Amino acid sequence: MNKKMEKILQNRELNLVLLTAVLLIAISFRAPSFLALKNIERIINDTAILIMVASGQLLVILTGGIDLSVGSTIAFSGMAVSMLNQYNPEIPVVLLIFLGILIGTALGAFNGACVAFGKVPPVITTLGTMSIFRGFTFVLSKGQWVTAHEMTEAYMNIPKGKLLGIPNLTLWAVAVFAVMFYFIRYTRSGREIYAVGGNKTAAHFVGVSERKVNFMVFTVAGALCGLAGVMWTARYAAAVNETATGFELQTVAACVLGGVSLAGGAGTLTGVVMGALFLGIINNALPVVNLSPFFQMGIQGFVVLAAIVANVLMEQRNDRKLLAGRRR
Amino acid sequence: MGNSMEHVSQTRLINETSLKERMIDLATRWEFILVVLFLAVVVYFSNASPHFLDYFNLMNTTFNFMEKAILALPMIFVIMCGDIDISVASIIALSSFSMGFASSKGADTPEIVLVGLAVGLLAGVINGLMVTGLKIPAIAVTLGSSSLFRGISQAVLEDQAYTHYPESFGYFGQGYVGESLVPFELLLFVILAAVMGFVLHRTTYGRKLYAVGNSLTAARFSGVPVSRIRFMNMALNGLFAGIAAVLLTSRIGSTRPNIATGYEMEAITLVVLGGVSITGGKGNIVGVIIAVFLLGYLKFGMGLLNLSAKVMIITTGFLLIGAVLIPELLNMLKSWRKLKNQQKGL
Repeated sequence: MNKKMEKILQNRELNLVLLTAVLLIAISFRAPSFLALKNIERIINDTAILIMVASGQLLVILTGGIDLSVGSTIAFSGMAVSMLNQYNPEIPVVLLIFLGILIGTALGAFNGACVAFGKVPPVITTLGTMSIFRGFTFVLSKGQWVTAHEMTEAYMNIPKGKLLGIPNLTLWAVAVFAVMFYFIRYTRSGREIYAVGGNKTAAHFVGVSERKVNFMVFTVAGALCGLAGVMWTARYAAAVNETATGFELQTVAACVLGGVSLAGGAGTLTGVVMGALFLGIINNALPVVNLSPFFQMGIQGFVVLAAIVANVLMEQRNDRKLLAGRRR
Repeated sequence: MGNSMEHVSQTRLINETSLKERMIDLATRWEFILVVLFLAVVVYFSNASPHFLDYFNLMNTTFNFMEKAILALPMIFVIMCGDIDISVASIIALSSFSMGFASSKGADTPEIVLVGLAVGLLAGVINGLMVTGLKIPAIAVTLGSSSLFRGISQAVLEDQAYTHYPESFGYFGQGYVGESLVPFELLLFVILAAVMGFVLHRTTYGRKLYAVGNSLTAARFSGVPVSRIRFMNMALNGLFAGIAAVLLTSRIGSTRPNIATGYEMEAITLVVLGGVSITGGKGNIVGVIIAVFLLGYLKFGMGLLNLSAKVMIITTGFLLIGAVLIPELLNMLKSWRKLKNQQKGL
């Protein structure tokens, strides 16, 4: 009985659900309308893009790497697609979404090639491309914005439209979640990511190509950023050069909150989604508790550090228990 | 017996390097490549613009990159040990914010400087404690703390700025040494580089850095206090970020929450471009110093040709990746040549 309790307490997703519930109740004391169905729906919709990109970040972190260029990839693909829409309004939106994903894939593949074939560490590669992609966004746009009245109605409706009363953006996030869930859990390539992240040498000896996995995770992460770029610019009806600055921290935060180990090899997609929703609630709650949006950055930093420390302390405790058990 | 003798002589033949081989070795030495690149920059831009080779300009433009150069010095130690610190720009923001706060409360120049340095050191100590005490990877710690440190100054300052500093405070970032054309920032960098170079190449601490970088485990088993060294590195990084914050705040005379954005990328680029191995254990101070002036004067020249700041940022990003990628490709080429030579010999 006691052991069962302990196991439940150690379940990361369950812990996070409890923590989220406590947070929600605390906020609702201050503002009861926060728990209204409409507001919850809004929070989920606001978090949809984060969920997409964070699931890409999850793949990279699972291999023990990190992708700092996600914000810049979103900005570049969003800007490129918005400009296409501005100058060629006749291009159908389906093609635009496809092109967005394609551009993101290309940028991600560049990261992946540097890491996998050039042996450049992920931090260095993506720190560099973070600047390169952002710089190219400026060069492409010549510093100009694409604003709402320069976009077509159909483009702005990509995330805004509704199906069965649910916003399209949320549905896109659900679709990404479903595909990624299947990919990570039930395909060979998905399992190989865990293998490489868990133990490189062992993975090598059972015939898993580390190069292939590294290239793949960055490419997939890029593709998701490309999709997110389309969604972002269409949703906020503006493509600016600073789009998604600092977004990399939020995606890493969602992963860490969801119990993903930054050393690689451990973490689940459901955890990441929970982590993203937790962040979404905090961001949406700031105005409710009368904190200016200027607090957002500091609070996110604090939450990340707290989550990392919690993860590490938990891991260390588990290790000690494992050791003690073995001694007995 | 005879067979093995023959084998030995053959091995010696392979190891004996011809003049051509030695030339190739020299040409692929990283510092040599850097010097060639530096000369190329000087020759190209002095032809492209008549204002490039001007003593006053060459001195004055160092104002634009000395803060980043100072950040790069302790970053050598950090990267040498296989760690990384992407929070230095945010430490500058926090430190600059604290100096602005102190100044607004009526503090004078010495106190302001002291506050700036102390806050920088404190931030570095916090990073160091989390990296070594809790055994969290440096990239994770500094990603989180970079948001926290800048977030604090953003939460308090919002869209405001501190703009009032005592007049004497302006010397650090704007002043010249005596009557000469040498900026104080440049002199300070030279002194700090000499000190850090001495520590790296002439003290046991420096030798231990190489040991930790080459193999953390081997260093620990040889009695090197690995954790203490990595902690010291992070703390030192914070202190130097504090120094850079004093210079930068003094130079621009104001503090906004977005101060020094992107400096961490440039500092890391300087270190990596200078030939310090990101996987640890390799590099020297000379390479980094050449990299400082190479990148600084490259940007100065690009500015003279009216290239936008964004083009320079793109260039810096490519240099960062290229600095790791190109030696890796050269290594592949070298081992491929070796393999071919061996096949020819046998």
